Amino acid sequence: MSLLNYFRSTKPNSASVAKDRLQILVAHERATRNQPSYLPELQKELLAVIQKYVNVNDDAITVSFEQEDNQEMLELNIVLPEESTK
Amino acid sequence: MGRIIVITSGKGGVGKTTTSAAIAMGLAKKGHKTVVIDFDVGLRNLDLVMGCERRVVYDLINVINEESSLNQALIKDKRCNQLFILPASQTRDKDALSQEGIEKILNQLKKEFKYIVCDSPAGIERGAQLAMYFADDAFVVTNPEVSSVRDSDRMLGILASKSQRAENDEEPIQEYLLLSRYSPSRVKMGEMLSVEDVQEILSMDLLGVVPESQAVLNASNKGIPVILDEQSDAGQAYADIVARYLGEEREHRFIDEEKKGLFGKLFRSK
Ligand SMILES: Nc1ncnc2c1ncn2[C@@H]1O[C@H](COP(=O)(O)OP(=O)(O)OP(=O)(O)O)[C@@H](O)[C@H]1O
Ligand SMILES: [Mg+2]
Repeated sequence: MSLLNYFRSTKPNSASVAKDRLQILVAHERATRNQPSYLPELQKELLAVIQKYVNVNDDAITVSFEQEDNQEMLELNIVLPEESTK
Repeated sequence: MGRIIVITSGKGGVGKTTTSAAIAMGLAKKGHKTVVIDFDVGLRNLDLVMGCERRVVYDLINVINEESSLNQALIKDKRCNQLFILPASQTRDKDALSQEGIEKILNQLKKEFKYIVCDSPAGIERGAQLAMYFADDAFVVTNPEVSSVRDSDRMLGILASKSQRAENDEEPIQEYLLLSRYSPSRVKMGEMLSVEDVQEILSMDLLGVVPESQAVLNASNKGIPVILDEQSDAGQAYADIVARYLGEEREHRFIDEEKKGLFGKLFRSK
């Protein structure tokens, strides 16, 4: 019996894989649930403006929205390249 | 004033209609005057599960459009005189549902009934949103399976933001997790998410577990809510759920593997 359990536990357990995937997904979806719908557009336009001055990649900018009680916070993150002037 | 319970899930086919029929019958059998409403406009199924499909004359849309009175459309259950069914329309689509129409009907029903059970359609669109909009309590029916759990979480988000209670800044809808089609043996094998897993992911209180059971198909074949099959595991699970909802203490069952046969019993007995 314990031998059987041993072999069983060395196999990847699909339920625990499911749980891990769901925990990550649900956390992500909860975080983005209340974000305003203009966010992707805002991100695109900001990127275009920044690219006029600095040579950054398309993924160099992230915009996130957080809500706490009555406070809404827009967080803007731009990763500048080493050589930052055009 | 009556209390409105929505049976919802997001994902389709997880057991909402089965649960609606069982819960409504359970509440009525406990002596509470109850009505169960089919919100699945276009697909009407509750009447079949309740076994009253041949007695449907008017439906929810007829009442909304004032083509019939509410009392004309309500079907009285033949097994329990405290239970009534308001069927969905089969010929119209969801656009025929208006929020004002629903509100008017629910307000009328609230005066007459203790519990109003709303069987939600699948999805998170208009039909499902209307079914939950006026709810006081929500039973979130979930299967131990990835897409069902994810959809339940999305439904929780909608309950918390798009209901009347949310919009009016009132006390939020009370949410209850109902884990259905549960297989303890598969959980033990590591093939299925466990009760604890699902609770942890959704962070919800567990109202009850309904096991995967042959009794469900058997009951729906005959048009009898499974809760009336008192010998069956699913029937007992639903009876527990009703009792817990009404505030009785009942230990959770059907979570661990069933003891197998006489042999197992002999070896287990101390
Ligand atoms: N505990 C259970 N054990 C076995 N079968 C079940 C169980 N619960 C539901 N079923 C079966 O699953 C199927 C779907 O159930 P049901 O119609 O109640 O789901 P639903 O959520 O209302 O579906 P829809 O989203 O289409 O309205 C039915 O065939 C039913 O018999
Ligand atoms: Mg259904």
